[in-house]
Amino acid sequence: MPPDRARAIRRVTMIVTLLAVLSALAFMTVGVRGSWGFVLAHRGIRLAALVTVAYAIALSTVLFQTLTGNRILTPAVMGFDALFILLQTALVTTLGATATGALDPRLLFAAECLVMVGLSGLLFRLLFRGEGGNLPLVVLSGLLFGALFRSLSSFLQRIMDPNDFLVLQGRAFASFNVVDPTLIGVAALLALAATAIVLPRLSALDVLVLGRDRATGLGIDTTQLSATIFALVAVLVSASTTLVGPTTFFGLLVANLAYLMVPSARHADVLPVAIGLAVVTLVGGQMLLERVLGFGTALSIVIDFVGGVVFLFILFRTGRR
Amino acid sequence: MIEIDKISKRYGQTTVIDAVSLAIPRGGVVGIVGPNGAGKSTLLSIMSRLTKTDAGRVSIDGLDVTKAPGRELARRLSVMRQENHVAARLTVQDLVAFGRFPHNRGRPTREDTEQVATAISFVGLEAMADRFLDQLSGGQRQRAFVAMTLAQDADYALFDEPLNNLDIHHAVSMMRLFRRMGDQPGKTVVIVLHDLNVAAAYADRIIVMQDGRMVGDGPPANVINRRLLSEVFRVEGDVIDIDGRRVVSVAR
Repeated sequence: MPPDRARAIRRVTMIVTLLAVLSALAFMTVGVRGSWGFVLAHRGIRLAALVTVAYAIALSTVLFQTLTGNRILTPAVMGFDALFILLQTALVTTLGATATGALDPRLLFAAECLVMVGLSGLLFRLLFRGEGGNLPLVVLSGLLFGALFRSLSSFLQRIMDPNDFLVLQGRAFASFNVVDPTLIGVAALLALAATAIVLPRLSALDVLVLGRDRATGLGIDTTQLSATIFALVAVLVSASTTLVGPTTFFGLLVANLAYLMVPSARHADVLPVAIGLAVVTLVGGQMLLERVLGFGTALSIVIDFVGGVVFLFILFRTGRR
Repeated sequence: MIEIDKISKRYGQTTVIDAVSLAIPRGGVVGIVGPNGAGKSTLLSIMSRLTKTDAGRVSIDGLDVTKAPGRELARRLSVMRQENHVAARLTVQDLVAFGRFPHNRGRPTREDTEQVATAISFVGLEAMADRFLDQLSGGQRQRAFVAMTLAQDADYALFDEPLNNLDIHHAVSMMRLFRRMGDQPGKTVVIVLHDLNVAAAYADRIIVMQDGRMVGDGPPANVINRRLLSEVFRVEGDVIDIDGRRVVSVAR
Protein backbone atom coordinates (compact mmCIF):
# COMPACT_ATOMS: atom_id res chain seq x y z
CA MET A 1 0.00 0.00 0.00
CA PRO A 2 1.49 3.38 -0.95
CA PRO A 3 2.40 5.47 2.11
CA ASP A 4 0.07 8.39 1.31
CA ARG A 5 -2.88 6.01 1.20
CA ALA A 6 -1.90 4.47 4.53
CA ARG A 7 -1.59 7.98 5.94
CA ALA A 8 -5.03 8.94 4.61
CA ILE A 9 -6.58 5.89 6.27
CA ARG A 10 -4.87 6.72 9.57
CA ARG A 11 -6.04 10.32 9.38
CA VAL A 12 -9.68 9.38 8.72
CA THR A 13 -9.64 6.83 11.55
CA MET A 14 -8.14 9.38 13.98
CA ILE A 15 -10.61 12.14 13.09
CA VAL A 16 -13.60 9.82 13.42
CA THR A 17 -12.33 8.41 16.74
CA LEU A 18 -11.78 11.94 18.06
CA LEU A 19 -15.28 12.99 17.00
CA ALA A 20 -16.74 9.90 18.64
CA VAL A 21 -14.98 10.65 21.94
CA LEU A 22 -16.06 14.30 21.75
CA SER A 23 -19.70 13.31 21.15
CA ALA A 24 -19.57 10.98 24.12
CA LEU A 25 -18.09 13.71 26.33
CA ALA A 26 -20.65 16.25 25.15
CA PHE A 27 -23.45 13.74 25.68
CA MET A 28 -22.36 13.30 29.29
CA THR A 29 -21.72 16.94 30.18
CA VAL A 30 -23.73 19.42 28.09
CA GLY A 31 -26.59 21.09 29.94
CA VAL A 32 -26.19 19.37 33.30
CA ARG A 33 -28.32 20.89 36.04
CA GLY A 34 -28.58 19.72 39.63
CA SER A 35 -26.79 16.73 41.03
CA TRP A 36 -23.84 15.67 38.86
CA GLY A 37 -23.77 12.25 40.43
CA PHE A 38 -27.33 11.46 39.41
CA VAL A 39 -27.02 12.95 35.93
CA LEU A 40 -23.79 11.16 35.13
CA ALA A 41 -25.13 7.80 36.30
CA HIS A 42 -28.37 8.30 34.35
CA ARG A 43 -26.66 9.45 31.18
CA GLY A 44 -23.88 6.88 31.54
CA ILE A 45 -26.39 4.05 31.21
CA ARG A 46 -27.90 5.61 28.10
CA LEU A 47 -24.47 6.29 26.64
CA ALA A 48 -23.47 2.66 27.17
CA ALA A 49 -26.63 1.54 25.41
CA LEU A 50 -26.19 3.91 22.48
CA VAL A 51 -22.53 2.96 22.01
CA THR A 52 -23.40 -0.75 22.14
CA VAL A 53 -26.12 -0.21 19.56
CA ALA A 54 -23.88 1.86 17.30
CA TYR A 55 -21.21 -0.81 17.51
CA ALA A 56 -23.60 -3.69 16.84
CA ILE A 57 -25.33 -2.01 13.92
CA ALA A 58 -22.16 -0.81 12.19
CA LEU A 59 -20.49 -4.20 12.56
CA SER A 60 -23.54 -6.20 11.49
CA THR A 61 -24.22 -3.98 8.48
CA VAL A 62 -20.69 -4.10 7.09
CA LEU A 63 -20.50 -7.88 7.64
CA PHE A 64 -23.87 -8.41 6.03
CA GLN A 65 -22.91 -6.34 3.01
CA THR A 66 -19.68 -8.26 2.55
CA LEU A 67 -21.62 -11.49 2.78
CA THR A 68 -24.19 -10.48 0.19
CA GLY A 69 -21.71 -8.62 -2.04
CA ASN A 70 -23.67 -5.40 -2.28
CA ARG A 71 -23.97 -2.05 -0.58
CA ILE A 72 -27.70 -1.49 -0.63
CA LEU A 73 -28.97 -4.29 1.54
CA THR A 74 -28.62 -4.18 5.29
CA PRO A 75 -30.09 -6.49 7.90
CA ALA A 76 -32.56 -3.71 8.73
CA VAL A 77 -33.61 -3.15 5.13
CA MET A 78 -34.14 -6.90 4.86
CA GLY A 79 -36.53 -6.70 7.80
CA PHE A 80 -34.42 -8.61 10.33
CA ASP A 81 -35.16 -6.19 13.16
CA ALA A 82 -38.86 -6.29 12.30
CA LEU A 83 -38.56 -10.07 12.54
CA PHE A 84 -37.11 -9.71 16.04
CA ILE A 85 -40.00 -7.48 17.13
CA LEU A 86 -42.47 -9.96 15.67
CA LEU A 87 -40.73 -12.71 17.60
CA GLN A 88 -41.12 -10.81 20.86
CA THR A 89 -44.74 -9.98 20.12
CA ALA A 90 -45.58 -13.56 19.24
CA LEU A 91 -43.90 -14.73 22.43
CA VAL A 92 -45.93 -12.45 24.68
CA THR A 93 -49.12 -13.30 22.78
CA THR A 94 -48.71 -17.05 23.10
CA LEU A 95 -47.22 -17.30 26.58
CA GLY A 96 -49.10 -14.37 28.12
CA ALA A 97 -47.67 -11.48 30.09
CA THR A 98 -47.41 -13.25 33.43
CA ALA A 99 -45.40 -16.12 32.03
CA THR A 100 -43.00 -13.91 30.10
CA GLY A 101 -42.71 -11.54 33.05
CA ALA A 102 -41.73 -14.41 35.34
CA LEU A 103 -38.84 -15.47 33.12
CA ASP A 104 -35.37 -13.97 33.49
CA PRO A 105 -35.17 -11.33 30.73
CA ARG A 106 -31.61 -12.44 29.95
CA LEU A 107 -32.66 -16.04 29.49
CA LEU A 108 -35.55 -14.91 27.33
CA PHE A 109 -33.24 -12.76 25.26
CA ALA A 110 -30.84 -15.64 24.74
CA ALA A 111 -33.68 -17.83 23.53
CA GLU A 112 -34.90 -15.07 21.23
CA CYS A 113 -31.40 -14.69 19.81
CA LEU A 114 -31.25 -18.39 19.01
CA VAL A 115 -34.61 -18.39 17.26
CA MET A 116 -33.52 -15.26 15.43
CA VAL A 117 -30.39 -17.00 14.08
CA GLY A 118 -32.54 -19.85 12.80
CA LEU A 119 -35.32 -17.76 11.29
CA SER A 120 -33.14 -15.15 9.64
CA GLY A 121 -30.95 -17.95 8.28
CA LEU A 122 -34.05 -19.43 6.71
CA LEU A 123 -35.06 -16.07 5.26
CA PHE A 124 -31.56 -15.52 3.94
CA ARG A 125 -31.47 -18.93 2.31
CA LEU A 126 -34.85 -18.26 0.73
CA LEU A 127 -33.76 -14.96 -0.79
CA PHE A 128 -30.20 -15.76 -1.81
CA ARG A 129 -30.57 -19.28 -3.12
CA GLY A 130 -29.15 -19.99 -6.53
CA GLU A 131 -25.97 -18.47 -7.85
CA GLY A 132 -25.48 -14.89 -6.77
CA GLY A 133 -29.13 -14.02 -6.46
CA ASN A 134 -31.12 -11.39 -8.27
CA LEU A 135 -30.43 -8.13 -6.45
CA PRO A 136 -33.56 -6.09 -7.34
CA LEU A 137 -35.71 -9.09 -6.44
CA VAL A 138 -33.91 -9.50 -3.14
CA VAL A 139 -34.27 -5.79 -2.30
CA LEU A 140 -37.97 -5.84 -3.06
CA SER A 141 -38.70 -9.04 -1.21
CA GLY A 142 -36.64 -7.82 1.73
CA LEU A 143 -38.69 -4.65 1.97
CA LEU A 144 -41.88 -6.68 1.58
CA PHE A 145 -40.86 -9.13 4.30
CA GLY A 146 -40.08 -6.17 6.56
CA ALA A 147 -43.54 -4.73 5.94
CA LEU A 148 -45.10 -8.15 6.49
CA PHE A 149 -43.33 -8.65 9.83
CA ARG A 150 -44.28 -5.15 10.98
CA SER A 151 -47.92 -5.62 9.98
CA LEU A 152 -48.08 -9.02 11.66
CA SER A 153 -46.63 -7.52 14.85
CA SER A 154 -49.11 -4.67 14.88
CA PHE A 155 -51.96 -7.08 14.12
CA LEU A 156 -51.00 -9.26 17.08
CA GLN A 157 -50.68 -6.15 19.24
CA ARG A 158 -54.19 -5.07 18.30
CA ILE A 159 -55.83 -8.32 19.26
CA MET A 160 -53.79 -9.09 22.35
CA ASP A 161 -54.87 -8.68 25.95
CA PRO A 162 -54.28 -5.05 27.11
CA ASN A 163 -52.22 -6.26 30.07
CA ASP A 164 -50.00 -8.30 27.79
CA PHE A 165 -49.69 -5.27 25.56
CA LEU A 166 -48.36 -3.18 28.43
CA VAL A 167 -45.69 -5.77 29.17
CA LEU A 168 -44.77 -5.93 25.51
CA GLN A 169 -44.61 -2.16 25.31
CA GLY A 170 -42.02 -2.09 28.06
CA ARG A 171 -40.06 -4.79 26.31
CA ALA A 172 -40.27 -4.13 22.61
CA PHE A 173 -40.89 -0.46 22.06
CA ALA A 174 -37.52 0.83 23.09
CA SER A 175 -36.15 3.72 21.04
CA PHE A 176 -33.13 5.98 21.04
CA ASN A 177 -34.94 8.10 23.65
CA VAL A 178 -36.11 5.29 25.87
CA VAL A 179 -33.49 2.56 26.10
CA ASP A 180 -34.14 -0.61 27.97
CA PRO A 181 -31.38 -0.79 30.61
CA THR A 182 -31.81 -4.40 31.76
CA LEU A 183 -30.07 -5.94 28.79
CA ILE A 184 -27.22 -3.49 28.13
CA GLY A 185 -24.69 -5.78 29.78
CA VAL A 186 -25.80 -8.85 27.85
CA ALA A 187 -25.91 -6.96 24.55
CA ALA A 188 -22.46 -5.47 25.07
CA LEU A 189 -21.10 -8.88 25.96
CA LEU A 190 -22.60 -10.37 22.80
CA ALA A 191 -21.11 -7.59 20.69
CA LEU A 192 -17.69 -8.26 22.22
CA ALA A 193 -18.02 -12.00 21.69
CA ALA A 194 -18.98 -11.37 18.07
CA THR A 195 -15.89 -9.20 17.68
CA ALA A 196 -13.69 -11.95 19.10
CA ILE A 197 -15.08 -14.34 16.50
CA VAL A 198 -14.79 -11.85 13.63
CA LEU A 199 -11.24 -10.64 14.29
CA PRO A 200 -9.35 -13.77 13.16
CA ARG A 201 -11.58 -13.90 10.07
CA LEU A 202 -11.01 -10.33 8.88
CA SER A 203 -8.57 -11.17 6.09
CA ALA A 204 -10.80 -14.01 4.87
CA LEU A 205 -13.67 -11.51 4.78
CA ASP A 206 -11.48 -9.19 2.70
CA VAL A 207 -11.18 -11.99 0.15
CA LEU A 208 -14.92 -12.63 0.26
CA VAL A 209 -15.40 -9.11 -1.15
CA LEU A 210 -14.15 -10.53 -4.47
CA GLY A 211 -17.26 -12.69 -4.63
CA ARG A 212 -18.04 -16.22 -3.54
CA ASP A 213 -16.42 -17.98 -6.51
CA ARG A 214 -13.14 -16.11 -6.38
CA ALA A 215 -12.96 -16.55 -2.62
CA THR A 216 -13.48 -20.30 -3.10
CA GLY A 217 -10.78 -20.27 -5.76
CA LEU A 218 -8.44 -18.64 -3.24
CA GLY A 219 -9.04 -21.43 -0.77
CA ILE A 220 -11.74 -20.06 1.51
CA ASP A 221 -14.49 -22.32 2.75
CA THR A 222 -17.18 -19.80 1.82
CA THR A 223 -20.11 -21.90 3.02
CA GLN A 224 -18.71 -22.20 6.51
CA LEU A 225 -17.53 -18.59 6.67
CA SER A 226 -20.91 -17.29 5.47
CA ALA A 227 -22.80 -19.38 7.99
CA THR A 228 -20.62 -18.19 10.88
CA ILE A 229 -20.80 -14.54 9.91
CA PHE A 230 -24.49 -14.77 9.24
CA ALA A 231 -25.21 -16.13 12.70
CA LEU A 232 -23.17 -13.27 14.17
CA VAL A 233 -25.17 -10.73 12.17
CA ALA A 234 -28.42 -12.19 13.47
CA VAL A 235 -27.17 -12.02 17.07
CA LEU A 236 -25.92 -8.44 16.65
CA VAL A 237 -29.24 -7.35 15.15
CA SER A 238 -31.08 -8.95 18.07
CA ALA A 239 -28.81 -7.14 20.53
CA SER A 240 -29.33 -3.71 18.98
CA THR A 241 -33.05 -4.18 18.41
CA THR A 242 -33.70 -5.23 21.98
CA LEU A 243 -31.99 -2.07 23.22
CA VAL A 244 -33.42 0.61 20.90
CA GLY A 245 -35.92 -1.02 18.55
CA PRO A 246 -35.75 -1.09 14.77
CA THR A 247 -33.49 1.31 12.86
CA THR A 248 -34.29 1.04 9.20
CA PHE A 249 -31.60 3.08 7.45
CA PHE A 250 -29.07 3.80 10.16
CA GLY A 251 -26.66 0.96 9.30
CA LEU A 252 -26.87 1.72 5.61
CA LEU A 253 -25.95 5.34 6.26
CA VAL A 254 -22.87 4.72 8.40
CA ALA A 255 -21.56 1.78 6.36
CA ASN A 256 -21.72 3.68 3.09
CA LEU A 257 -20.20 6.80 4.62
CA ALA A 258 -17.34 4.63 5.85
CA TYR A 259 -16.79 3.07 2.40
CA LEU A 260 -16.75 6.57 0.98
CA MET A 261 -14.27 7.97 3.50
CA VAL A 262 -11.81 5.08 3.76
CA PRO A 263 -9.64 4.61 0.65
CA SER A 264 -9.29 0.87 1.29
CA ALA A 265 -11.51 -2.20 1.09
CA ARG A 266 -9.85 -3.99 4.03
CA HIS A 267 -12.25 -4.73 6.85
CA ALA A 268 -9.54 -3.83 9.36
CA ASP A 269 -9.60 -0.30 7.90
CA VAL A 270 -13.33 0.09 7.20
CA LEU A 271 -14.86 -1.39 10.37
CA PRO A 272 -13.31 1.00 12.94
CA VAL A 273 -14.43 4.00 10.88
CA ALA A 274 -17.93 2.62 10.41
CA ILE A 275 -18.23 2.00 14.15
CA GLY A 276 -16.83 5.44 14.96
CA LEU A 277 -19.26 7.09 12.54
CA ALA A 278 -22.13 5.16 14.08
CA VAL A 279 -21.19 6.42 17.55
CA VAL A 280 -20.85 10.01 16.28
CA THR A 281 -24.23 9.87 14.52
CA LEU A 282 -26.09 8.22 17.36
CA VAL A 283 -24.53 9.79 20.45
CA GLY A 284 -23.72 13.15 18.85
CA GLY A 285 -27.09 13.31 17.11
CA GLN A 286 -28.98 12.46 20.27
CA MET A 287 -27.03 15.10 22.20
CA LEU A 288 -27.72 17.77 19.58
CA LEU A 289 -31.42 16.98 19.42
CA GLU A 290 -31.92 16.81 23.18
CA ARG A 291 -29.69 19.61 24.40
CA VAL A 292 -29.29 22.04 21.52
CA LEU A 293 -32.52 21.72 19.53
CA GLY A 294 -34.65 20.97 22.60
CA PHE A 295 -36.11 17.55 21.69
CA GLY A 296 -37.85 18.84 18.58
CA THR A 297 -37.87 15.49 16.78
CA ALA A 298 -36.93 11.93 17.46
CA LEU A 299 -33.44 11.11 16.23
CA SER A 300 -34.68 7.99 14.49
CA ILE A 301 -36.82 10.12 12.20
CA VAL A 302 -33.87 12.29 11.21
CA ILE A 303 -31.61 9.30 10.66
CA ASP A 304 -34.22 7.44 8.67
CA PHE A 305 -34.84 10.51 6.53
CA VAL A 306 -31.17 11.07 5.71
CA GLY A 307 -30.53 7.33 5.44
CA GLY A 308 -33.55 6.90 3.19
CA VAL A 309 -32.27 9.57 0.83
CA VAL A 310 -28.85 7.89 0.76
CA PHE A 311 -30.55 4.54 0.11
CA LEU A 312 -32.43 5.91 -2.89
CA PHE A 313 -29.29 7.60 -4.16
CA ILE A 314 -27.23 4.38 -4.03
CA LEU A 315 -30.09 2.38 -5.49
CA PHE A 316 -30.37 4.68 -8.50
CA ARG A 317 -26.62 4.83 -9.00
CA THR A 318 -26.31 1.05 -8.89
CA GLY A 319 -29.28 0.67 -11.20
CA ARG A 320 -27.69 2.85 -13.85
CA ARG A 321 -24.49 0.84 -13.99
CA MET B 1 -2.54 -34.53 -12.95
CA ILE B 2 -6.16 -33.47 -13.16
CA GLU B 3 -8.37 -36.55 -13.34
CA ILE B 4 -11.99 -36.19 -14.35
CA ASP B 5 -14.01 -39.34 -13.89
CA LYS B 6 -17.42 -39.59 -15.55
CA ILE B 7 -18.80 -36.25 -14.39
CA SER B 8 -22.35 -35.23 -15.29
CA LYS B 9 -24.30 -32.06 -14.65
CA ARG B 10 -27.97 -31.33 -15.28
CA TYR B 11 -29.92 -28.11 -14.91
CA GLY B 12 -33.55 -29.24 -14.75
CA GLN B 13 -34.16 -31.32 -17.87
CA THR B 14 -31.09 -30.13 -19.75
CA THR B 15 -27.92 -32.17 -19.50
CA VAL B 16 -25.00 -29.75 -19.64
CA ILE B 17 -22.21 -32.26 -19.02
CA ASP B 18 -22.79 -35.88 -19.99
CA ALA B 19 -20.42 -38.41 -18.43
CA VAL B 20 -17.17 -36.70 -19.38
CA SER B 21 -13.91 -38.42 -18.44
CA LEU B 22 -10.59 -36.76 -19.03
CA ALA B 23 -7.04 -36.72 -17.73
CA ILE B 24 -4.82 -33.67 -17.96
CA PRO B 25 -1.23 -34.46 -17.00
CA ARG B 26 1.18 -31.80 -15.76
CA GLY B 27 2.76 -29.41 -18.22
CA GLY B 28 1.77 -27.52 -21.32
CA VAL B 29 -1.21 -25.57 -22.58
CA VAL B 30 -4.58 -27.26 -23.06
CA GLY B 31 -7.32 -25.49 -25.01
CA ILE B 32 -11.00 -26.35 -24.65
CA VAL B 33 -13.10 -25.37 -27.66
CA GLY B 34 -16.67 -25.93 -28.75
CA PRO B 35 -19.79 -24.07 -29.84
CA ASN B 36 -21.80 -21.92 -27.41
CA GLY B 37 -23.61 -23.99 -24.82
CA ALA B 38 -21.39 -27.02 -25.28
CA GLY B 39 -20.59 -27.15 -21.56
CA LYS B 40 -17.03 -25.78 -21.68
CA SER B 41 -17.47 -23.26 -18.88
CA THR B 42 -19.41 -25.73 -16.75
CA LEU B 43 -16.64 -28.29 -17.17
CA LEU B 44 -14.05 -25.72 -16.04
CA SER B 45 -16.28 -24.67 -13.19
CA ILE B 46 -16.65 -28.26 -11.95
CA MET B 47 -12.91 -28.87 -12.30
CA SER B 48 -12.30 -25.88 -10.03
CA ARG B 49 -14.98 -26.95 -7.46
CA LEU B 50 -17.11 -23.83 -8.10
CA THR B 51 -19.99 -25.96 -9.35
CA LYS B 52 -21.06 -29.27 -7.87
CA THR B 53 -21.41 -32.31 -10.08
CA ASP B 54 -24.46 -34.56 -10.11
CA ALA B 55 -22.26 -37.58 -10.70
CA GLY B 56 -18.58 -38.47 -11.02
CA ARG B 57 -15.54 -36.98 -9.35
CA VAL B 58 -12.62 -34.67 -10.08
CA SER B 59 -9.23 -34.96 -8.42
CA ILE B 60 -6.16 -32.76 -8.59
CA ASP B 61 -2.90 -34.64 -7.92
CA GLY B 62 -5.03 -37.25 -6.15
CA LEU B 63 -6.99 -34.73 -4.02
CA ASP B 64 -10.76 -34.92 -4.46
CA VAL B 65 -11.80 -31.32 -5.18
CA THR B 66 -15.01 -31.59 -3.18
CA LYS B 67 -13.30 -33.00 -0.07
CA ALA B 68 -9.75 -31.61 0.10
CA PRO B 69 -9.13 -28.49 2.23
CA GLY B 70 -9.69 -25.28 0.25
CA ARG B 71 -6.27 -23.90 1.02
CA GLU B 72 -4.47 -27.01 -0.25
CA LEU B 73 -6.41 -26.84 -3.49
CA ALA B 74 -5.89 -23.10 -3.90
CA ARG B 75 -2.14 -23.62 -3.93
CA ARG B 76 -2.44 -26.27 -6.60
CA LEU B 77 -5.20 -24.84 -8.76
CA SER B 78 -6.23 -21.32 -9.72
CA VAL B 79 -9.23 -20.32 -11.77
CA MET B 80 -10.31 -17.18 -13.57
CA ARG B 81 -13.92 -17.02 -14.68
CA GLN B 82 -15.56 -14.76 -17.22
CA GLU B 83 -17.27 -12.10 -15.16
CA ASN B 84 -14.91 -9.55 -13.69
CA HIS B 85 -17.03 -7.28 -11.58
CA VAL B 86 -16.10 -6.49 -8.00
CA ALA B 87 -18.36 -4.54 -5.65
CA ALA B 88 -15.58 -3.04 -3.54
CA ARG B 89 -13.21 -0.31 -4.65
CA LEU B 90 -9.90 -2.10 -5.05
CA THR B 91 -6.69 -1.01 -6.71
CA VAL B 92 -4.86 -3.28 -9.14
CA GLN B 93 -2.27 -3.80 -6.41
CA ASP B 94 -4.95 -4.82 -3.86
CA LEU B 95 -6.53 -7.26 -6.29
CA VAL B 96 -3.31 -8.94 -7.35
CA ALA B 97 -2.23 -9.20 -3.70
CA PHE B 98 -5.29 -11.41 -3.05
CA GLY B 99 -3.60 -14.00 -5.29
CA ARG B 100 -1.08 -14.54 -2.48
CA PHE B 101 -3.81 -15.28 0.07
CA PRO B 102 -3.55 -19.09 -0.14
CA HIS B 103 0.14 -18.75 0.70
CA ASN B 104 0.11 -16.06 3.39
CA ARG B 105 -3.45 -16.03 4.80
CA GLY B 106 -3.56 -12.23 4.57
CA ARG B 107 -0.14 -11.52 6.12
CA PRO B 108 2.05 -10.51 3.18
CA THR B 109 5.80 -11.05 3.45
CA ARG B 110 8.47 -9.28 1.41
CA GLU B 111 8.48 -12.24 -0.97
CA ASP B 112 4.73 -11.86 -1.52
CA THR B 113 5.14 -8.17 -2.35
CA GLU B 114 7.79 -9.06 -4.92
CA GLN B 115 5.63 -11.76 -6.49
CA VAL B 116 2.75 -9.28 -6.77
CA ALA B 117 4.98 -6.70 -8.46
CA THR B 118 6.29 -9.34 -10.89
CA ALA B 119 2.77 -10.47 -11.75
CA ILE B 120 1.66 -6.90 -12.42
CA SER B 121 4.61 -6.23 -14.70
CA PHE B 122 4.00 -9.55 -16.52
CA VAL B 123 0.65 -8.22 -17.74
CA GLY B 124 2.04 -4.73 -18.36
CA LEU B 125 0.07 -2.83 -15.76
CA GLU B 126 2.97 -1.35 -13.75
CA ALA B 127 1.82 2.18 -14.49
CA MET B 128 -1.69 1.37 -13.28
CA ALA B 129 -0.79 -0.49 -10.08
CA ASP B 130 -2.35 2.13 -7.80
CA ARG B 131 -5.40 2.80 -9.97
CA PHE B 132 -8.80 1.60 -8.86
CA LEU B 133 -10.35 -1.20 -10.92
CA ASP B 134 -13.33 0.94 -11.89
CA GLN B 135 -10.94 3.43 -13.48
CA LEU B 136 -9.59 0.81 -15.88
CA SER B 137 -10.81 -0.25 -19.31
CA GLY B 138 -12.39 -3.69 -19.69
CA GLY B 139 -9.19 -5.10 -21.16
CA GLN B 140 -6.98 -3.66 -18.44
CA ARG B 141 -9.28 -5.05 -15.77
CA GLN B 142 -9.12 -8.45 -17.47
CA ARG B 143 -5.33 -8.32 -17.34
CA ALA B 144 -5.44 -7.35 -13.68
CA PHE B 145 -7.42 -10.53 -12.93
CA VAL B 146 -4.93 -12.57 -14.93
CA ALA B 147 -2.16 -11.01 -12.83
CA MET B 148 -3.97 -12.13 -9.69
CA THR B 149 -3.99 -15.69 -11.03
CA LEU B 150 -0.27 -15.39 -11.82
CA ALA B 151 0.42 -14.24 -8.27
CA GLN B 152 -1.43 -17.27 -6.96
CA ASP B 153 1.31 -19.34 -8.64
CA ALA B 154 -0.71 -22.57 -8.75
CA ASP B 155 0.43 -25.68 -10.62
CA TYR B 156 -2.76 -25.74 -12.67
CA ALA B 157 -4.20 -22.45 -13.92
CA LEU B 158 -7.68 -22.54 -15.46
CA PHE B 159 -8.99 -19.65 -17.55
CA ASP B 160 -12.50 -19.23 -18.91
CA GLU B 161 -12.39 -17.17 -22.11
CA PRO B 162 -9.61 -14.88 -20.94
CA LEU B 163 -9.44 -13.10 -24.30
CA ASN B 164 -12.86 -11.45 -24.00
CA ASN B 165 -12.54 -7.65 -24.09
CA LEU B 166 -9.00 -7.80 -25.45
CA ASP B 167 -7.87 -6.25 -28.71
CA ILE B 168 -5.67 -8.33 -31.00
CA HIS B 169 -2.45 -6.94 -29.59
CA HIS B 170 -3.36 -7.75 -25.99
CA ALA B 171 -4.93 -11.07 -26.99
CA VAL B 172 -1.67 -12.15 -28.57
CA SER B 173 0.46 -10.99 -25.66
CA MET B 174 -1.94 -12.74 -23.27
CA MET B 175 -1.63 -16.00 -25.20
CA ARG B 176 2.16 -15.65 -25.23
CA LEU B 177 1.98 -15.18 -21.49
CA PHE B 178 -0.07 -18.38 -21.10
CA ARG B 179 2.40 -20.16 -23.37
CA ARG B 180 5.28 -19.02 -21.13
CA MET B 181 3.35 -20.16 -18.05
CA GLY B 182 2.70 -23.56 -19.61
CA ASP B 183 6.37 -23.94 -20.56
CA GLN B 184 7.56 -23.56 -16.98
CA PRO B 185 8.39 -26.91 -15.38
CA GLY B 186 5.41 -28.49 -13.67
CA LYS B 187 2.92 -25.76 -14.65
CA THR B 188 -0.22 -26.47 -16.62
CA VAL B 189 -2.57 -23.98 -18.26
CA VAL B 190 -6.11 -24.93 -19.26
CA ILE B 191 -7.99 -22.32 -21.31
CA VAL B 192 -11.52 -22.21 -22.66
CA LEU B 193 -11.18 -20.50 -26.03
CA HIS B 194 -13.52 -19.24 -28.71
CA ASP B 195 -11.11 -18.66 -31.51
CA LEU B 196 -9.97 -21.87 -33.20
CA ASN B 197 -6.98 -20.12 -34.76
CA VAL B 198 -5.77 -18.98 -31.37
CA ALA B 199 -6.26 -22.48 -29.99
CA ALA B 200 -4.39 -24.00 -32.93
CA ALA B 201 -1.51 -21.54 -32.58
CA TYR B 202 -0.86 -21.78 -28.85
CA ALA B 203 -2.25 -25.02 -27.41
CA ASP B 204 -0.38 -28.32 -27.21
CA ARG B 205 -3.61 -30.20 -26.90
CA ILE B 206 -7.15 -29.32 -27.88
CA ILE B 207 -10.28 -30.76 -26.30
CA VAL B 208 -13.51 -30.33 -28.27
CA MET B 209 -16.84 -30.20 -26.47
CA GLN B 210 -20.26 -30.53 -28.06
CA ASP B 211 -23.63 -30.91 -26.31
CA GLY B 212 -21.97 -31.77 -23.01
CA ARG B 213 -19.78 -34.51 -24.49
CA MET B 214 -16.15 -34.63 -25.41
CA VAL B 215 -16.01 -35.18 -29.17
CA GLY B 216 -12.37 -34.52 -29.90
CA ASP B 217 -9.05 -34.64 -28.10
CA GLY B 218 -5.50 -34.35 -29.39
CA PRO B 219 -2.82 -32.05 -30.79
CA PRO B 220 -4.13 -29.23 -33.03
CA ALA B 221 -2.95 -30.98 -36.20
CA ASN B 222 -5.21 -33.96 -35.46
CA VAL B 223 -8.22 -32.09 -34.15
CA ILE B 224 -8.61 -28.97 -36.28
CA ASN B 225 -9.98 -30.07 -39.64
CA ARG B 226 -12.90 -29.52 -42.01
CA ARG B 227 -14.98 -32.13 -40.27
CA LEU B 228 -14.66 -30.24 -36.97
CA LEU B 229 -15.90 -27.09 -38.69
CA SER B 230 -18.90 -28.70 -40.35
CA GLU B 231 -19.96 -31.22 -37.69
CA VAL B 232 -19.23 -29.35 -34.48
CA PHE B 233 -19.37 -25.67 -35.38
CA ARG B 234 -21.76 -26.08 -38.34
CA VAL B 235 -19.92 -23.75 -40.69
CA GLU B 236 -18.30 -24.52 -44.02
CA GLY B 237 -14.69 -23.57 -44.41
CA ASP B 238 -11.14 -24.60 -45.10
CA VAL B 239 -8.28 -25.57 -42.85
CA ILE B 240 -4.96 -24.51 -44.31
CA ASP B 241 -1.44 -25.32 -43.19
CA ILE B 242 0.80 -22.27 -42.82
CA ASP B 243 4.33 -23.07 -41.60
CA GLY B 244 3.05 -26.30 -40.09
CA ARG B 245 0.31 -24.50 -38.18
CA ARG B 246 -3.42 -25.03 -38.71
CA VAL B 247 -5.32 -21.94 -39.85
CA VAL B 248 -9.09 -21.89 -40.21
CA SER B 249 -10.72 -19.88 -42.93
CA VAL B 250 -14.48 -19.83 -42.78
CA ALA B 251 -16.52 -19.54 -45.97
CA ARG B 252 -18.54 -16.35 -46.35
